[in-house]
Amino acid sequence: MTIDVQQYLIRQEPYYQPQGREVQLYEAAYRNRLPVMVKGPTGCGKSRFIEYMAWKLDRPLITVACNEDMTASDLVGRYLLEADGTRWIDGPLTTAARIGAICYLDEVVEARQDTTVVIHPLTDHRRTLPLDKKGELIVAHPDFQLVISYNPGYQSLMKDLKQSTKQRFAAFDFDYPDAELETAILAREAGIAAELAGRLVKVGLAARNLKGHGLDEGISTRLLVYAAKLINDGVDAGDACRMALVRPITDDADIRDTLDNAIDAIFA
Amino acid sequence: MDRDSAQLQSATQAYRARLDTRFPQVNEVFEGCLQEALAVLSPAGVDAYLEAGRSIGKLGRGVEPLLAFLEAWPATAQNVGEETLPAVMTLVRHIQKSPNGQAIAPFLQTLAAIARRLQSAEALQHYLDIVLDLMERTTGSIHGHHTTYSSPGLPNFLAQTPALLAQLSPAGLARWVDYGVLNYATHPDRQQDYFSLQSADARAVLQRERDGTLLVDVERRLDLYLRGLWHDNDLLIPYSTAFDELRKPVPYYDHLGIRLPDVQHDAGGIRGIDRYRAMLAHIAGHRRWSSPQIADNWSPFQRMAVEFFEDCRIETLLIREYPGLRRLFLALHPHPVEGACDPETTSCLRHRLAMLSRALLDPDHGYRDADLNDYVARFHALLATGESSTAGIVSLALAYVTKTRRQSDQYARVHFDDTVIEYRDDNRHLWRFIEEGDEEETFSEERKQAEVEEIRGLPPRHYPEWDYVSRTYRPDWVCVYEALHPSGDAAVIERLLQKHALLARHLKRVLDLLKPQDKVRIRYQEEGSELDLDIAIRSLIDFRAGAVPDPRINMSHRTAGRDIAVTLLLDLSESLNEKVAGSEQTILELSQEAVSLLAWAIERLGDPLAIAGFHSNTRHDVRYQHIKGFGEHWDDTVKARLAALRAGYSTRMGAAMRHAAHYLGARQADKKLLLILTDGEPADVDVQDNRLLIEDARQAVKELDREGIFTYCISIDTRANDYVTDIFGHRYTVIDNIQRLPEKLPELFMALTK
Repeated sequence: MTIDVQQYLIRQEPYYQPQGREVQLYEAAYRNRLPVMVKGPTGCGKSRFIEYMAWKLDRPLITVACNEDMTASDLVGRYLLEADGTRWIDGPLTTAARIGAICYLDEVVEARQDTTVVIHPLTDHRRTLPLDKKGELIVAHPDFQLVISYNPGYQSLMKDLKQSTKQRFAAFDFDYPDAELETAILAREAGIAAELAGRLVKVGLAARNLKGHGLDEGISTRLLVYAAKLINDGVDAGDACRMALVRPITDDADIRDTLDNAIDAIFA
Repeated sequence: MDRDSAQLQSATQAYRARLDTRFPQVNEVFEGCLQEALAVLSPAGVDAYLEAGRSIGKLGRGVEPLLAFLEAWPATAQNVGEETLPAVMTLVRHIQKSPNGQAIAPFLQTLAAIARRLQSAEALQHYLDIVLDLMERTTGSIHGHHTTYSSPGLPNFLAQTPALLAQLSPAGLARWVDYGVLNYATHPDRQQDYFSLQSADARAVLQRERDGTLLVDVERRLDLYLRGLWHDNDLLIPYSTAFDELRKPVPYYDHLGIRLPDVQHDAGGIRGIDRYRAMLAHIAGHRRWSSPQIADNWSPFQRMAVEFFEDCRIETLLIREYPGLRRLFLALHPHPVEGACDPETTSCLRHRLAMLSRALLDPDHGYRDADLNDYVARFHALLATGESSTAGIVSLALAYVTKTRRQSDQYARVHFDDTVIEYRDDNRHLWRFIEEGDEEETFSEERKQAEVEEIRGLPPRHYPEWDYVSRTYRPDWVCVYEALHPSGDAAVIERLLQKHALLARHLKRVLDLLKPQDKVRIRYQEEGSELDLDIAIRSLIDFRAGAVPDPRINMSHRTAGRDIAVTLLLDLSESLNEKVAGSEQTILELSQEAVSLLAWAIERLGDPLAIAGFHSNTRHDVRYQHIKGFGEHWDDTVKARLAALRAGYSTRMGAAMRHAAHYLGARQADKKLLLILTDGEPADVDVQDNRLLIEDARQAVKELDREGIFTYCISIDTRANDYVTDIFGHRYTVIDNIQRLPEKLPELFMALTK
């Protein structure tokens, strides 16, 4: 059974604007095959960064979006029944360990804790993955690396990583880029003028100031890009901002009203 | 010329004769009034005017009503039309026939001001109806159709109407009057207080009926605005604009917070909330960019110029930050007309500065004055390179004052039209005086620092009460004082629990049945604690049939916690001290037993529980006593408080329920339950109408429903059915046999929360 490694390679260079020295630091982590954890609010560029690093290191990237119904077999693999017996099929984690890919578990806290423990043997000096059901012990490919991401903003008692899991990773703290950088990112990503991008960033800042005062999360860079794309398509700036920036993040009438007012004040 | 004046003289004499009155005072004013009347009234209108004057002069009320009418009517007719005269005269005759004759003069005196405010015949008719209605409802009668006592509130009311109508629509005025009549019809003194705007609730209802945007309603939005757009936050404190006719207060900020007017009307196409936002933006700009200056050596004129310039600098920077503010500021900023002020006779400094201010903000100002345009250019040059600073703007402002100074700036007559910029604060933060000056003007007195004294309890909280007759809330009607219940001997409660040991054992069994309920089966699991046979067989059939079987053949369990917050509210009124029929125990003791058992049971279940008792002695004194807080466990301190229960006074249920909801509403829980244990209907010594408090409690239940709080009543009043149904709908239980209360109460709770 051969796995088509080609399909997991990133062919195009993804656009990523470094905020600091994270690219060099990640390369160092990869040289030593350290598992990496990326923390930060939603839509601030975590996944884009990993994609970019996979391209830069020329490694295949296997991404798994975690959810609470995910079981260990969804990661490791399972037997399928066939008419004349059963057949084993590898899960994404197993595949990555076999071919030496970067395995990226996105929003890992969404998975239940009994699921996340299966990654433990892969993340310490052993670098192995036991397949209990199959009775096989996979030794990870030398290029294999595990990356997880999560959003610490949720602050939920139920959704947090165990210390024993956290302690296995080197970690990056991400946040929304500062105004100047974010303006540049928007202009580049959506192909709009820097002046317009600057105004959109200002709307984002107004919302981020309200975090903790009725907003759980501010407006993410991702949403700002959406708004920029809509404007680029000829949508009226006010409408685009309301649709892409305000309505998705809140149902609170007062906050909606305040942000709408900010949009009117910025796009006069 | 002479012939003309002689003709005029004789014509005036002829008109004067038609008034048919011998009051000498009329002669002095008649000519002026007549001139005005001839100018604004049709000939028929003039005839009617004189005829009406004649009949008013003959009412036997002295000269005052006639003078008031002669002076008021031409202006009134100009505003609402001369065809309204018959309606006005009808009302005058009505007042004349009632004992309220002395109210005719105040009615006529305020008529012109009211007409100026209302501007339409319909609105004036509405107002006349209100006056008539008020008069008829407050004039006392003894024998039914003989109205013999004059209305105590009417003269006061008529004197207040211009002030009232300046803030209320006629409909709002009608509601305000209605409230006063309903609540004070039987209290002449209080009625006078109400209608002369002396009493607190007159003002409170007035506030409620005002149109416009109230600060309290938009406070959170403004708070978010300040935080989100300006990264600034401070306390927003309203000041009253309702009772300060002469000196209109101006927004300002100090170390205590930002002061804003309590209400803003929509004006000039700008909504009230946006006017607030303009004020906040301006203030936020000052806080960000202004620095105080030492002003001892500057004249008031110089200071005024610096303020204008600095305000414009701030607003220019604000507009740079948020371009949309330009439209808002310009909509609110007056646009003084060039040349509107005559520098020969009047001080034009304010006018000049207001024009300049407009020009600095508005590129298309259209002013041609050379100095003005010169300084606009200088101003923009100064700001072109950056933010400049307060000190930088000061030199520009002082130069401007020197350049444009005129002798007439010193005159006492000041041109004020179009020079007031409402959204700007009073700039008190700009000035530092090394020596104490006497030109500091503040409109709020410095609050005296209250002497620090030991706080005996929490300050009272005010709650509204529902008045079912007028279908309105009486604002801040009830005062609730809360405190911890005093403690007694916990052993008493222990003994009571001992007494019910058997019952407790039985309850324990029921509770244990309730508890493991929090296991919920989850099916369709690939890995689980046990095989789910149904699904497994189905999969096997699929498999045999050659289809892809579903591997999710197991099931597991998860625990679903109960998430109920409970408040138990005990009615501790006097009636609890009665003995239960056929027993030595009082209702109070039985309640203690029942509450102890319930608290013990709920503690076992692990639901958060608060217990409080209440009683009242008039609306000014509702006591709310905490016996157990959500955070406390069922331990000796709580038992000791419960042991000390005392009963007394009456039952003002609505206020206590609102206060309990205030705490329960703040809990994070899926279900919120308010249990009320009571032995009678809501009543209090200051309420004559039995229905009033019943209806108020019913309204409180509705309010709690809206907040997501489930209210349930346990009544031990065997005659309870009628009023309890009114208040609680179907959510109540009447326990006929009070002896069984201790076992019933926990059972009830469990049944409710299954």
